[in-house]
Amino acid sequence: MNSNVNSNKNDKPILEVRDLHVRFDTVDGVIYAVNGVSFDLYPGETLGVVGESGSGKSVTMMSLLRLIPEPPGRIVSGTARFRSREDDLDLLQLNMRQRAKIRGNRIGFIFQDPMSSLNPLITIGEQIKESLERHTKWRGPEARQRVVELLEHVGIPDPDARYGNYPHQFSGGMRQRVMIAIAIACDPDIIIADEPTTALDVTVQAQIVDLTRRLSEELGIAVIWISHDLGVVAGIAERVMVMYGGTVVETGVVDDLYAHPRHPYTVGLLGALPKLHENVPELVNISGTPPSLFAAPSRCPFEPRCPWAFKTCRERRPALESVQRDGHFSACWYDMEKDKPREVRR
Amino acid sequence: MSTTQPYVSVRNLKQHFPITRGVIISRKVGAVRAVDDISFDIPAGETLGLVGESGCGKSTTGRSILRLYEPTAGTVMIGNTDITTLSPEALREKRSEMQMIFQDSYSSLNPRHSVAKIVAEPLVIRGERDQGKLRRRVEELLDLVGLEPDHMKRFPHEFSGGQRQRIGIARALALNPKFVVCDEPISALDVAIQAQVVNLLVRLQKDLGLTYLFIAHDLSMVRHISHRIAVMYLGRIMELATYDELFRNPLHPYTQSLMSAVPIPEPKVEKSRTRLLLEGDVPSPSRPPRGCVFSTRCPFATDRCRQEIPQPRELTSGHFIACHNVDDPEVSPRINESRIAIVQSLEDASTGGPDRTFAMATGAAAPGAAAPGES
Ligand SMILES: Nc1ncnc2c1ncn2[C@@H]1O[C@H](COP(=O)(O)OP(=O)(O)OP(=O)(O)O)[C@@H](O)[C@H]1O
Ligand SMILES: Nc1ncnc2c1ncn2[C@@H]1O[C@H](COP(=O)(O)OP(=O)(O)O)[C@@H](O)[C@H]1O
Ligand code: SF4
Ligand code: SF4
Ligand SMILES: [Mg+2]
Ligand SMILES: [Mg+2]
Repeated sequence: MNSNVNSNKNDKPILEVRDLHVRFDTVDGVIYAVNGVSFDLYPGETLGVVGESGSGKSVTMMSLLRLIPEPPGRIVSGTARFRSREDDLDLLQLNMRQRAKIRGNRIGFIFQDPMSSLNPLITIGEQIKESLERHTKWRGPEARQRVVELLEHVGIPDPDARYGNYPHQFSGGMRQRVMIAIAIACDPDIIIADEPTTALDVTVQAQIVDLTRRLSEELGIAVIWISHDLGVVAGIAERVMVMYGGTVVETGVVDDLYAHPRHPYTVGLLGALPKLHENVPELVNISGTPPSLFAAPSRCPFEPRCPWAFKTCRERRPALESVQRDGHFSACWYDMEKDKPREVRR
Repeated sequence: MSTTQPYVSVRNLKQHFPITRGVIISRKVGAVRAVDDISFDIPAGETLGLVGESGCGKSTTGRSILRLYEPTAGTVMIGNTDITTLSPEALREKRSEMQMIFQDSYSSLNPRHSVAKIVAEPLVIRGERDQGKLRRRVEELLDLVGLEPDHMKRFPHEFSGGQRQRIGIARALALNPKFVVCDEPISALDVAIQAQVVNLLVRLQKDLGLTYLFIAHDLSMVRHISHRIAVMYLGRIMELATYDELFRNPLHPYTQSLMSAVPIPEPKVEKSRTRLLLEGDVPSPSRPPRGCVFSTRCPFATDRCRQEIPQPRELTSGHFIACHNVDDPEVSPRINESRIAIVQSLEDASTGGPDRTFAMATGAAAPGAAAPGES
C-alpha cells in the first residue's frame, strides 16, 4: 500500500505499520479497538493523529511497543517495520529484551499525565540520569552535567538548582518538560506523544508545542503527536491521520486536509469546532454517538451519522484510496471531488 | 451596551479560603485569595463568559454567587435580591431560581438512581408528591434536552458523556430557574459532542429566556456562546467587554497572551502567527504578587505595576480593563502593537476554512443520518 506521500519523498519511512488489528477480550465481549490500521512515518516529520476519544489512537501507538495490557489486550495481526540507521526490524516480533532496548532509546514516549511516569520519591535529576545511564555511555559527573544541559534545553529555569527537586515540586508544564528531556536524552529516532498537552493550560500548552517543534527540527526527531484538538495539530504537524472507530478514515498533508477535507467525519469535525477567529450562528451537529466497538466493522463505521451515506456504505467497508489530491487519502464511498458516489469495482 | 436591566449584579466580591496549621489548636496562617474583589453585571437573558486558566477562581466565583460558599466580602444581586444577606429560609426559596451545571456529569449524578429519579429530585425536595405530575414533568424535561421518554428508567452509566450532560441540564431546569451557572459543562466532552451540548444550551436560553454565567477555559467556545466575556487571572478580572469588542480590541496583556495561545485550526496561520508567549507558571493564589497580579509574567510590566493594584476602568463604553499601562504614553504603543499583530492573525485565519461542510451534503441516496439527537 502506498497511502502516504510526504515532504521528503526520497527518504524511506522510518516506521511502516501495516494492517494492525488489536482487540480486548472483556467480560462484556470482544472490543475491536484497532481494525486494520496502516500508516507510514518519515524521518524527522511530525504526524498528527486526531479522532474522538475511544477511536483507537492510543491503542494503535501503544501496541507498537506492546505497552497495552495483554491480556485483556491482544495484537491479532499486523506488522510494524522500524528502519533506522542501525535497525531494520518488525517491532511486533521483538522479545521483551529487544523491546526494552528500543523503548526509551530509539523510540521515546510522552504521556498526558507525566506524574504517572515519574517516580515521586526520586529527584528529577536522578531520574533523567538513570535513564541516561541505562541507554547511553554517559556516567557519573559527566552524566549529571548532561542532565543539567538537558533541563536547560527544555527550558527549565535554573537547572542546576532544580536537579535535586522532586516531581511534586514541579508544575504540570515543567513536569511535561522533564518528560521531553527524558525522551530526547538518548537521541531517539521517534517520539510518540500521547495527548501531552491535554491536561495543561493553553498558555503552557503553547510553550510545550513551541518546545517540541523546535527540538524536533533541531534534532531531526520524527514525532507522532496524538491529540483530539485539531487546532494544536494544525500548529505542529506536517501530515495528519484522522481515526474513527479504530480505523484510519483520512490522511494527508496538514494544509490540504484542513482546507479540503474529503472524509465526511473530518468535514463534520472541522465544522463542529468553535473558531477563535469567527463567529458562526450554530456549530455543526454531528448527531448520534460514537460507534460501538463490540463488532468488527463490516460497513462504513461512520454510516449512522453521515449525511452523505448511501446504499453501498451500509454494505461494504471503504478502504483508504487516493482522492486525487497529492498525498491525500480517504476511506469513503462518496467522491467529494466529483460530488457523487465513487465508481465501485465489483 | 445593553438596554435591559442586569439580572445579576456582582460588586467587590471576595472569596478567601483560610489556610490553617495545627491539628489540635488550628490557627490561620494565611488565605487562598481564590476570588479577590471582582465586579460585573449580567443583563437578563444574556450570557457572560468567564474564562481563565486552571485555578484562577472561575468555579469559586460561580459557587459564591450562588452562595454555595459564604462570600468573604461583597454583594451579589440576583433579580433585585442581595443574596449575600438572605436568611437560610429565604435563600432556600430563592435557590429554585438559580441552578448550576457541572463539568463532571458522572460524579454529579447519583449512579444508583434512575434518570427519572435524578431529574425529578429537585421537585421532590420541594414537596411535589403527585406521581403523575412528576412523570409528566420529567418527560417534558427530557424532551426539552433531546432525550427519549424511555431513557427515564435507565441509569447514568448507560449513557455517553454528552447524554449525561443532558440529564444534568434537565435536572437543573426542573424548577424553572432564571439564572444558570454552567461550570465547564463541555470541557470533558469530544468536539462533536461539545457542539451538540452547546447548541442545546443556546436553544434553551432563547426558548426559556435564561441568563447564563458560562465558565470555560476555552476562549473559542466562550466566544461562540457569550454576549460578553470576562477574562480572569489569579482571582481578579483583567478585562471585560462584549465578545465583538474583546476580539477586535484585546487591550489587556493577559487577554492578548491568552488569545494568542488558543490554537486555531488553520495550519498556515497557526504555524506562523504572532504569539505573546508567557514565561513560567501562574503564581499561587495564597501568595499573589504585589501590585498587578499579572506583573510577574507580563512583558509590559513597569515599576508601578509591582507596587499598585490596577483597578478596573471603563476605557470605552462597556469595555472594562484593569491595567496601568494600556493608556500610558510610554508603554501603550508597545501593547497596541502587540494587539494589532494578534488581531491580524485572527483575521488571516478567517479567510481560510474547509471547502466542504455538512450543509453541502446533498444525500446521493437517502441520507443515512438518523433522527437528530443521540440515539
Ligand atoms: N474550598 C476550598 N478551600 C481552599 N481553597 C480552595 C477551595 N476551593 C478552591 N480553592 C482554591 O481557590 C483557587 C481557585 O479555584 P477554582 O476552583 O475557583 O479555580 P477554577 O478557575 O475553577 O479552575 P479550573 O479551571 O481548574 O476548574 C485555587 O487555588 C483553588 O485551589
Ligand atoms: N485495557 C483495556 N481494556 C479494554 N478495553 C480497552 C483497553 N484499553 C483501551 N480499550 C478500548 O479500546 C478502544 C480504543 O481506545 P484508545 O486507543 O485508548 O482510544 P483513544 O486513545 O483514541 O481515545 C476503546 O474502545 C477503549 O475502551
Ligand atoms: S462511506 Fe458512505 S457513510 Fe461512510 S463516510 Fe463515506 S459517504 Fe459517509
Ligand atoms: S498593570 Fe502592568 S503588569 Fe499588570 S497587565 Fe498592565 S502592564 Fe502588565
Ligand atoms: Mg488516548
Ligand atoms: Mg473550575
